[in-house]
Amino acid sequence: MRPKSVISLFRKDLLLEMRQQYALYGVMLYVLSTVFVLYLTMDQPVAETWNALFWVMQLFVCINAVAKSFLQESRGRMLYFYTIASPSEFVIAKVLYNLLLMAGMNGLTLLLFVAFMGNPTDSGWLFAGISFLGALGLSLIFTMLAAIASKAMQQASLMAILGFPVIMPQLLLLMRLSKLAFSETFTAGADVGIVWLLLALDASVLLLTLILFPFLWKD
Amino acid sequence: MRKSWWKLLSVVLLAYAVIGGFLLPVPKIPQLQETIRNLYYHVCMWFAMMILFTTSVVYSIKYLRTLNAEYDIRAKEFAAVGLVMGLLGYATGAIWAAYTWADPNNPAYASFGSIAREPKLIGAAMAILVYFAYFILRDSVTDMDKRARVSAVYNIFAYAMLFPSIWIVPRLLPSLHPGQEGNPALNFNDIDARMRMVFYPAVIGWTLLGVWIATLRIRLHILSEKKWSNA
Repeated sequence: MRPKSVISLFRKDLLLEMRQQYALYGVMLYVLSTVFVLYLTMDQPVAETWNALFWVMQLFVCINAVAKSFLQESRGRMLYFYTIASPSEFVIAKVLYNLLLMAGMNGLTLLLFVAFMGNPTDSGWLFAGISFLGALGLSLIFTMLAAIASKAMQQASLMAILGFPVIMPQLLLLMRLSKLAFSETFTAGADVGIVWLLLALDASVLLLTLILFPFLWKD
Repeated sequence: MRKSWWKLLSVVLLAYAVIGGFLLPVPKIPQLQETIRNLYYHVCMWFAMMILFTTSVVYSIKYLRTLNAEYDIRAKEFAAVGLVMGLLGYATGAIWAAYTWADPNNPAYASFGSIAREPKLIGAAMAILVYFAYFILRDSVTDMDKRARVSAVYNIFAYAMLFPSIWIVPRLLPSLHPGQEGNPALNFNDIDARMRMVFYPAVIGWTLLGVWIATLRIRLHILSEKKWSNA
């Protein structure tokens, strides 16, 4: 694996995004209109509802944002990548790109949530940090699932079906952890334990992606 | 005859587990009473399910290493029988919960919302959803080689994600279910000696029955595959 080709593949994704901005704006508009719908259906939810809505929102934004990362590659282009890069280079570039995308969307969602639905957290920065940790986990898992779903028909809906049972434990952990930002007291060390658990899960997802992606790659 | 000894063993063990399960003495526990006998069916279903799913994943790994289509068929059929076992586990659990957990003053469905939050139920629901998704994924890929490869990858990925969650989730949520820390019924102190005499044979019997059904389905699948390729 050469870092150089990872970087150039990553730059290619970034460049494509800059050139065809409709996809990026599409996801941003999705975030905006969903938050707006939530805002219209309820005013200023209590902390627990706010937290739950935020994470469910993150889940759907992630599905929409990450899904297109493999869809936009046509067969011919995949064949071309196949000749110039190794599967692990290709998938790492995708993971990095999705991380960046998801981090951006996470920031946007957070901003809009605070703007429209108020800020019930006691420590906004802590919540922001936890949400970025969540964005990391979500984008890692859904990159692999997007790669799997891109081989099948009806990719977008399939991704949700494939992803939900797999993501549930992470989401539960994150919701639990984010209660830190709402001043809930944890037993000593439990919060750090959850962070390590999440990082270990992320590492194992990355490892599995590196092992399994080569099998999806050759057609 | 030499090859089918395990099928006979399965029948004998299951006959013993059913007859012994209903007739042999069990400890009297106030909340459970005679419903404790459901342990011989309910828990065995989950054991059989996990063993069958694990077998399915092993065949998926074998498929990816060799690309032999037969392994794919095996992975699929083991997953299918595992899924049936899982649904039966749910059914037996629901009956049990109706007598022990549900509020007798309310209709049974009114208790569903609070019971479904059980971490063990969530873990089981995830396992079953994963394998439903696995079958939908299989059906949505038309090319046979691609289907085998993609579904094998998903099988391994989802299974590897499932296991941490079965450990993690129970530690996050409160539970009424026995066996809070770890795996219920595996712990030797958990289960009465009289019950172990029936429980372990029952686990082996149900698992063997599951494997038997799976092998029949595999043979049928391979035969029909041959028929289509010759026609």
